[in-house]
Amino acid sequence: MAYINLENDLPGIRGPMIYRPDTGAILNQLAEILLHDEDNTLSRGDREMIGTYVSSQNDCFFCQHVHGAMAQHYFGCDTDFIDGIKKDFRSADISEKMKSLLAIAGSVQKGGKYVTQEQISEAKKLGATDREIHDTVLIAAAFSMFNRYVDGLNTWAPQDRQVYIDRAPMRAREGYSQAGLVK
Amino acid sequence: MPYIDVDKDLPGIRSLMAFRPETAEPLSALAEILLRDETGLSRADRELIATYVSYQNDCFYCHNSHGEIAVCYLDGDRDLVNAVRRNYKEAPISDKLKSLLQIAGKVQKSGKSVLPEDIDNAREHGATDRDIHDTVLIAAAFCLFNRYVDGLASVAPQDLSTYPPRAMQIVEKGYGSHIFSKAQNVKLKV
Repeated sequence: MAYINLENDLPGIRGPMIYRPDTGAILNQLAEILLHDEDNTLSRGDREMIGTYVSSQNDCFFCQHVHGAMAQHYFGCDTDFIDGIKKDFRSADISEKMKSLLAIAGSVQKGGKYVTQEQISEAKKLGATDREIHDTVLIAAAFSMFNRYVDGLNTWAPQDRQVYIDRAPMRAREGYSQAGLVK
Repeated sequence: MPYIDVDKDLPGIRSLMAFRPETAEPLSALAEILLRDETGLSRADRELIATYVSYQNDCFYCHNSHGEIAVCYLDGDRDLVNAVRRNYKEAPISDKLKSLLQIAGKVQKSGKSVLPEDIDNAREHGATDRDIHDTVLIAAAFCLFNRYVDGLASVAPQDLSTYPPRAMQIVEKGYGSHIFSKAQNVKLKV
């Protein structure tokens, strides 16, 4: 049960987004640019994976499964592959560059000051551009907000992971602009 | 030194917003709606919540920027803002605002740190659902802003006298695109 009367029974962030649609629309706009916009040299799958990893570190059930299912959809992989990255990205079968970006995201999850010059130099050495580093930090920071919004209000989340996997193709097609703002 | 190549004449989040105007737009809109709306919580209350969370996150740029904006709304009462930073429980503010700062402090740690008793306490002191919603989202948003500012090592002016003039501009004009599209006439110590 959510801590406040959201006047709807939608799961996760969708509940408070409809409760206050004017802030909800802005949060959607941010998610759309960071995760779905095509004008980005990081793939949609990689960006969703950064969001998934941070949400997993924050133990946010709803966010890690929504965005994990999105990453799974874009990667065309199975659930075990996503779970492997969440558990230990360093031994996962992903690029060294992506590992360096997940390391930065993991530091941002703890606090902005945890990001080190060494982590940035490593990412740049592996080919990350300034814009990719910027977006990695902002995606990780944005999920530090989304996760707190979802759990700080104690919203409910479907426990069956298949629910999230089934919704992912629709979300990938439509993007986040109007996501959840229709009851 | 910022970790990425941003405009060196712009401080803090403004340099990052100028670097990526596409994301600056929703971030400015979020600050505008959360900090300048006056439904329920006053602008001073909202800026105090933002200042407190930023101080807990040790974000120099954000807690000084929003602290000064709070000072403006509080008719220059900087002592009160400092008292909230130091220990809000002893500050001369309402019990309702104390109960909301307690929730904000929990959100700063993590979403799951907020407990039913924190919410009950706020309700007992007169907080509405909307007040609680806005408090959680302001605190969560500053966990974003603080991480964005420090995660990219943006430059914060060390001279505290540069913050009040900027605060006055925000009070007058809000959090529009002017906060990142124009250079600020201050000396930055890199």
